[in-house]
Amino acid sequence: MVNIKSVFKSYNNKKVIDDVSLTIEKGKITSFIGPNGAGKSTLISMVSRLITQDEGSIHIEGSDVKSVKDQDMAKKISILKQSNVMNVKLTIRELVSFGRFPHTQGRLKDEDWKKVDEAISYMELENMEHKYLDQLSGGQRQRAYIAMVLAQDTEYILLDEPLNNLDMRHSVQIMQTLRRLVDELGKTIVIVIHDINFASCYSDEIVALKDGRIVKHGPTCDVIDECVLKDIYDMDISIKNIDDQKICVYF
Amino acid sequence: MDYKKKTILLALISFSLCLLYIFYDLTGNIDYILPRRVIKVVAIILTGGAIAFSTTIFMTITNNRILTPSIMGLDSLYLLIQTVIIFSFGSRSLVMMNSNVNYVVSIVIMAVFSLVFFRLLFKGENNNIYFLLLIGMILGTFFSSFTSFMQVLIDPNEFMVAQDKMFASINNVNTNLVYLSIILIIGISIYFLRFLKYLDVLALGKDHATNLGVPYEYVVKRLLIIVAILISIATALIGPITFLGLLAVNIAFEFLKTYRHSYLILGSVFISIIALIGGQFIVEKIFTFETTLSVIINFVGGVYFIYLLLKENRSW
Repeated sequence: MVNIKSVFKSYNNKKVIDDVSLTIEKGKITSFIGPNGAGKSTLISMVSRLITQDEGSIHIEGSDVKSVKDQDMAKKISILKQSNVMNVKLTIRELVSFGRFPHTQGRLKDEDWKKVDEAISYMELENMEHKYLDQLSGGQRQRAYIAMVLAQDTEYILLDEPLNNLDMRHSVQIMQTLRRLVDELGKTIVIVIHDINFASCYSDEIVALKDGRIVKHGPTCDVIDECVLKDIYDMDISIKNIDDQKICVYF
Repeated sequence: MDYKKKTILLALISFSLCLLYIFYDLTGNIDYILPRRVIKVVAIILTGGAIAFSTTIFMTITNNRILTPSIMGLDSLYLLIQTVIIFSFGSRSLVMMNSNVNYVVSIVIMAVFSLVFFRLLFKGENNNIYFLLLIGMILGTFFSSFTSFMQVLIDPNEFMVAQDKMFASINNVNTNLVYLSIILIIGISIYFLRFLKYLDVLALGKDHATNLGVPYEYVVKRLLIIVAILISIATALIGPITFLGLLAVNIAFEFLKTYRHSYLILGSVFISIIALIGGQFIVEKIFTFETTLSVIINFVGGVYFIYLLLKENRSW
């Protein structure tokens, strides 16, 4: 369980996160939605300690993210940001093996390589695992990064727009993988996502943010609602039930 | 050929170059020439090693392959220290005449400067590494302008002494300093070993490193201090020559084609030893001391730098 308590963050006196308190439940997929600049990425960056909050506290299973040793934290929670630029020439397999660093400090044993192979096959990258990252398409690279996070094998996984650069097939595939990680392995996943239909079809809980504040937090069926969405996005969005899924039509 | 074999190859080449330098045309008073040559080779290994070592770390921390530690202004600070000493005490003062004193004074001032500099900059919340570099660059420019200002004012004879300090040279390296440097560098290397495992991960960038459990700020701060001390040692030992780092580390990257820092560091150390010994050999045997080592290194380094720029330009 992640407990966020009255957290504030501002950049150059501009408030990006304004008094956010939130509890993220264990064993669920929680999606953060909201317009650009709502503070979604900032919030999950703070949970994963990439940036520090100005005020307030963030606890993961009772321990403060600021005070726990970095290495122990990295075994518990992992994050993948939306832009990943690297100056290092790495193959997919080498990149994914970095995911084992918190557990091995760079000395990988056989069982670590097994986890690496598992993560690679989860993301269907086996046939290109020796290719260099700069020879890949955007989507393949995105899957390689996700594989690295999977190899890290943490209880909590935070993904900032994981569907960036992905085609429909791979988007669906990744969402199904995330679903499986939650349902079968009991992981807790938090994603920032722009496509509200993906949020509607795959997540258990949705947190809607706007201007650094939480507008609505609840089970998916409560948040995917015409009034709530109008409030968040300032546009009319009609919701249709198709095959028992709530689909938003906003075109 | 994989990176391990290539590293061994580099080691062999640099070793044989050292032997060639020591034993080439060994005639005359062997008892005098041999120890002098050995001391020079050791000095070269130390300086080359320190520069390549610190540049590799620096490039990894900054995630940039064309930045060298000279951007922090340490070279210019060294020249400023020398010029200030000559300006205020004259070239015949104790500090200038006795190279031991000069060496210790220079290292202490450079190390203290870097410590204070990092302390101040890492105090705030937004300790962006590029901000640090920018300040370093501005200070470096300030130091060199101040240096030339003072050099204009001093007596022309004194200026000759100051100018002599501006170019790296191992022709009159002091034996005691070499011993002192060996001890310092070994000490720092032992301290560094605990951070070695983090370097590969740091190369992925700050966010990935933090995600993978590297105590980023703690490690980077200490690595920067290691870099500063190594550069100070190398500069005080033979003069400003950080440009060599750019050359050695980039060739090591290109040649070894690996991300593993234990090999990259070794490779770049060997390459810089090869460059320095080769350069010194050319200076002594071909130019018969008509030029200095840093002129040759800067010339070759400059050509390679332009090549790098053109190549990067094309790959965009």
